[in-house]
Amino acid sequence: MDASIKLRVSNIEKSFPGVKALNKIDFSVKKGTVHVLCGENGAGKSTLMKIINGVYQPDSGQILIDEKPVKINNPMQARKLGISMIFQELNFVKELSVEENLFLGRLPVKKIGGSVDWKKVRRETEALLAAEQLPYSPTTQLKDLSVSDIQMLEIIKAVSNKSDIIIMDEPTSAITLKEVERLFAKIKELKARGVSIIYISHKMDEIFRIADDITIFRDGTVVDSRPKDQLDMETLINLMVGRKLTNTYPKETVAIGDDLLVVDAYNQPGVFHDVSFHVKQGEIVGFAGLMGAGRTEVMRALVGLDPLLSGRMSIKGKETSINNVRDSIEQGMVMLSEDRRRYGIIPVRSVMENTTLSSLHKVFNRFRRHKKEERRLVSDAFQHMKVKSPSLDTVIASLSGGNQQKVLLAKSMLRDPDVLILDEPTRGIDVGAKFEIYKLVTDMAKEGKGIIMVSSELPELIGMCDRIYVMAKGTIMGELTKERFSQELIMKYATGTIANDRGNTD
Amino acid sequence: MKFWYTARKKYSIHFVLVFLFIFCTFANPNFLSVNNMTNISTQLAVTTILAFGATMLIISGMLDLSAGSVLALSGVFAVSVYKSTGSMILAILAGILTGVVCNVINAVMISTFKTPPFIATLAMMAVARGVALYFTQGQNILQLGDFVKIGQGTLGIIPIPVIFLIAFGILTWYLLNHTRFGRSLYAVGGNEEAAVASGINVHKIKYTAFIINGIFVGIAGVLFMARVNAGLPNGAINYEFTALTASIVGGTSFSGGIGTAGGTLVGAFIVGFLDNIMNLNGVNSYLQQIIRGGIIALAVIYDIRTKGRRTKQILGNSEKKNEQKQTN
Repeated sequence: MDASIKLRVSNIEKSFPGVKALNKIDFSVKKGTVHVLCGENGAGKSTLMKIINGVYQPDSGQILIDEKPVKINNPMQARKLGISMIFQELNFVKELSVEENLFLGRLPVKKIGGSVDWKKVRRETEALLAAEQLPYSPTTQLKDLSVSDIQMLEIIKAVSNKSDIIIMDEPTSAITLKEVERLFAKIKELKARGVSIIYISHKMDEIFRIADDITIFRDGTVVDSRPKDQLDMETLINLMVGRKLTNTYPKETVAIGDDLLVVDAYNQPGVFHDVSFHVKQGEIVGFAGLMGAGRTEVMRALVGLDPLLSGRMSIKGKETSINNVRDSIEQGMVMLSEDRRRYGIIPVRSVMENTTLSSLHKVFNRFRRHKKEERRLVSDAFQHMKVKSPSLDTVIASLSGGNQQKVLLAKSMLRDPDVLILDEPTRGIDVGAKFEIYKLVTDMAKEGKGIIMVSSELPELIGMCDRIYVMAKGTIMGELTKERFSQELIMKYATGTIANDRGNTD
Repeated sequence: MKFWYTARKKYSIHFVLVFLFIFCTFANPNFLSVNNMTNISTQLAVTTILAFGATMLIISGMLDLSAGSVLALSGVFAVSVYKSTGSMILAILAGILTGVVCNVINAVMISTFKTPPFIATLAMMAVARGVALYFTQGQNILQLGDFVKIGQGTLGIIPIPVIFLIAFGILTWYLLNHTRFGRSLYAVGGNEEAAVASGINVHKIKYTAFIINGIFVGIAGVLFMARVNAGLPNGAINYEFTALTASIVGGTSFSGGIGTAGGTLVGAFIVGFLDNIMNLNGVNSYLQQIIRGGIIALAVIYDIRTKGRRTKQILGNSEKKNEQKQTN
């Protein structure tokens, strides 16, 4: 018996057909603390959270709240026990208003007539919003709010449910730095109220800022569970991967060649303007900036996904224009999107079909498909990329995020592009897979390809790039060569603290 | 054990067909007669060819509600061309052309003007039927002469429509498995935005899918009118639903990206056998409708449930495999 323990998980086991997802899991969360769970994708964190939230039932073991055993059969029961979960993907109905979303599934009903008591809904929503000092009105539609606003709503919803255990699954994967601060302030406040928070994250700096205790998962078991002050970053990473990652960024010096891609005065009114840059053979060029700075938009226009108003470009010294993705691919320029699920994978099809989708000419001749050739191409690529997939016919949606990303990278490489654009290539991917992706990128640079890396993780850019452009407000604010790389300087350009030094002000 | 597990997963629908066949054989002595078998297969030829077209459209995330009406229009045009020229070739070409024109209009509505396929083809369903009735003034065209051969004749012992059925089945299988078009079709239906970002010309794929569907519907129209020995502007009502049923029972997923030619063939025969045995045993025709509806519902529930299980199964395997690799 320990009165300071809010939630205790004891000896939990869970198997799925053919695999033991969780093996004798023990850990406990203290009252009013943040308990961070980390581990590679597929280590069992999400399965455990789903058990605590009542989505899955454990095969054996116990969950105790306030040291009393409880049985959680479904998420509704979890909510009644004071457990709320905030998912990576937000659970709101975009077309409905703030108040409707807040009370979804528990709308108060009038005693007489049984109709919804909208006045009560409005009153309570206003009270909640006021208490949290949120500026929007109860009737604002969700689609008009930002991701972080919506996340705040999720938290408010959890609080209004009187939850004292809140599970957050990678809550910062889609919000800006400023919004992260807001979230952390909120978490602090919740802690002070005695709420226990279980926080799943891959981001090291975040973990060390916010955690009180850290539990590390690997292959369905708890490897270690310690207070934060007894851990440092390197130990943590080693515990997570179970092997030593000697160098976080496997950057190598590559001879830089001629200009591969030159972009001159790209414009798309209202989105970006006067964007000029160049990429050389063997060079990894970073694009830094805050969310909404226009980085992704420039890249999308570059490969013909979005229309362009004006601007010129040349590839390998030849002036050219790109009207759609087909043009871009044919000219030797391929982009890996930041939104894997939306612009990347065909979820219901096999990993093989996903891999060859941009290179169908290599697989089909005029009359038929070269079945063996296709399998050979893909298995070679998978070996090179270290893709872990049960078979070539496995449906891609069933792979982990890191492996999906590697499949998409394999797909890009199969096209053998001259210029490869990677938009947030390591978002939501575990440390081990990240390292492998960095290595692949380095190898590509060695082969003389030009690589554009758009990323919001500054250490990644600084570790991997030869040059970094910083964008803000739809244009390039600064260009940094290697000797000037620093997080502070990049942030200064990104936030506009230093004026544009490229002479293309408007 | 494992063999049976995979076999059950992959071929469950084939087992259903075999069981149904055995059941029908015992349920009615006439079921297995040469006469009845010939009858079933000629009847099924028309709806199965429609179902092949429907399958390709559903795989790419679209559908065609106008198939029955366009079939009637194509058939009626083909019949009149035959009556005025006496040329079978011209008649077939007229049928195909009609099917293709209607479906190109479908494609323009859907791919160029971004109308939802359900609405666009619903409109075409009304228009094509209207044109067929207007053109014939609502009168059936009779006395087709030698035109009936294509629908009632045989080559050796095989009815000619069955030869068409086999040919179109192979064509569909070939298109889906051995062409870039087929591969792209799955991609467009599985995730259209990702298909665009992969450099697939989605417009072209959608137009091609509809044009092929048009050819299938046109031929089906010719076969249908020849089999019934009349140009019926009011014929083949609700055939699009029979085709959709066959496709769905055969495992084509309405969410797009999944479906096979073989599955659709099996689905069409399951539906055909059921219809046939109910007719042979004199089941009340209203009751037949209820049963047919029930089958669609069951097939879709089955599709959704197995898909859920399948994903979990694969997920389990992949995690296991990962575990093994990591411990290595």
